[in-house]
Amino acid sequence: MSWLGRHAPALLWPALLVGMPWWMDALGGYTELGTRIVVLGLAAMALNFLLGFTGVLSFGHAAYFGLGGYGAAMVLRYLAPSTALAILAGVAVGTLAAAIIGALIVKLRGVYFAMVTIAFGQVFYFVTFRWNSVTGGDDGLTGWSRQPLRAGPLSLDLADDRTFYFFVLALFLVAVATMGLLLRSPFGRTLLAIRENERRARFLGIPVERHVWLSFVISALFASLAGALFALLNNFIDPRALRWDQSGNFVIMAVLGGMRSFWGPLLGAGIFVLLQDFISTRTQNWMSFVGAFFVLVVLFFPRGVLGFVRRRLAT
Amino acid sequence: MTQLVLFNAFNGLVVGAFYALMALGLSLILNLSGVINFAHGGFLGIAAYLAYTLIPRLGFWGGLVVAPLLTAVLGLVVERLLIRRLYGRDPLYSLLLTFGLAYVFEDATRYLWGAQTLPYPVPPSLTRPVSGTLFFLTGYRVFMVLLVAAAVTALFVVLRRTRLGARIRAGTHDLETVSALGINVRVLRNLNFGVGVYLAGLAGVLAAGMLGLEPTIGSSLIMPSFVAIIVGGLGSLPGTLLGGLLIGVASGITTIFFPSATEAVIYVMMGAVLLVRPHGLLGEEGRLA
Repeated sequence: MSWLGRHAPALLWPALLVGMPWWMDALGGYTELGTRIVVLGLAAMALNFLLGFTGVLSFGHAAYFGLGGYGAAMVLRYLAPSTALAILAGVAVGTLAAAIIGALIVKLRGVYFAMVTIAFGQVFYFVTFRWNSVTGGDDGLTGWSRQPLRAGPLSLDLADDRTFYFFVLALFLVAVATMGLLLRSPFGRTLLAIRENERRARFLGIPVERHVWLSFVISALFASLAGALFALLNNFIDPRALRWDQSGNFVIMAVLGGMRSFWGPLLGAGIFVLLQDFISTRTQNWMSFVGAFFVLVVLFFPRGVLGFVRRRLAT
Repeated sequence: MTQLVLFNAFNGLVVGAFYALMALGLSLILNLSGVINFAHGGFLGIAAYLAYTLIPRLGFWGGLVVAPLLTAVLGLVVERLLIRRLYGRDPLYSLLLTFGLAYVFEDATRYLWGAQTLPYPVPPSLTRPVSGTLFFLTGYRVFMVLLVAAAVTALFVVLRRTRLGARIRAGTHDLETVSALGINVRVLRNLNFGVGVYLAGLAGVLAAGMLGLEPTIGSSLIMPSFVAIIVGGLGSLPGTLLGGLLIGVASGITTIFFPSATEAVIYVMMGAVLLVRPHGLLGEEGRLA
């Protein structure tokens, strides 16, 4: 394959995203919908760093997503009117939680690992749900909003939807480039080796637990970044952001887009967000539709859209 | 104070009995088929609502018997049509599929029976306190604990003493050999799934009488069941039973001293257990991990 052929996705996807505010409007959408796709796409890609490229199934990533959101929201509500500090705090909180929980579960594999991640995800849900005085409980945390970004004399007004979109996109691209470079590094190749054959990797002297832990923490770091941006996007956060159904949504996004491809989860997030927006404005029973959608994807589309396309191209 | 502690401990024991009953069903399916049945709570909800509809026609006891059986039949059908296709694949897929089913079941109960909490008819003979001093020992609670104990005993007897039970236990250890010995593994897994769902259904019918009947009854009970399995140890049914009762009592007692941690305490327990024994209290190293 030519250089262009190999790098086409890495050029095409960002170009598509840069143009999103325009084509989204043309398609009858709105800028906030585009921002939501990028934010949830980042979360799904972060999950897929672990799921698709390390071969470890976490079904509890909403916890780190939500902690990122609460970290950011609580800084803006209680500490300081600084968006940058809010994002940093959100990422720090989510990553720290993942580092601790990751250390507890790193020895487990397969269904056991998945089940423990599901269960651990719920701790933070109950903490935010019950700790009314600080988190606002079930009603969510309000009374704050994202602040202009200031650097010396320069100031960027993030209250504007389109400006905020490009701010989110810039962070998304940095995050995604970091993940891409990590996957191309010897560290990333080692993760692939663990995914393909853990026993062989172990016999080769690779410290498997340490790598899985690192992958888990990196994945949660970017998921909590996405969560912080999600809170800023809505100027609001509530416990549903870290409940188990949100975790399931991230997994289905990754699978739907294609978890063996780097950009797949972004595509999956796009389809999922648009579909959810479409269905939930038309029927009360959106849960049935989302549920049936899960079943159909698993039965008929397990490789996801990009996996399907790639197979077609190969034959 | 003693009364209060006893009351809450007993309350926790009752709730723990539901967790255990539900978790045993989950465990059976997980051990034999490697499927995390996220729809387990959905089956539980359906059984509870079926009982609600059946009780006016069949009476309390009729509903108690028939609703879990009907739900088990639904379980057999779901396994046959959907879950069977995913055996041997990455557990991710069965997890996602049953996750979707959980959504559908919960929404279906909301659609058919409404979103509001429904009153659940418990016969008056069971609501009277058994003893004057220990007022919390209402007949219904004692009855529930006894019934769960009977169901668990029956399950262990079936697993130890019958041919089906022996096959299930053998299949849990080495399905390939069981298949090579001429046993129809497809039927075995199907029946096993049905038994698991039956236990969920029984838990649902009993729990509705104590917790009230809402569409979210299943999803509120499924997470503690996961915790019960993890605390008890994956692959060990006695462990699952122990785990369910332990977390039930722990969260019951926590209600007295630190009410806002009622739910969180079981996850803290899970973390502590994983720290000391990564494979759970009664789990065996290397099994299914």
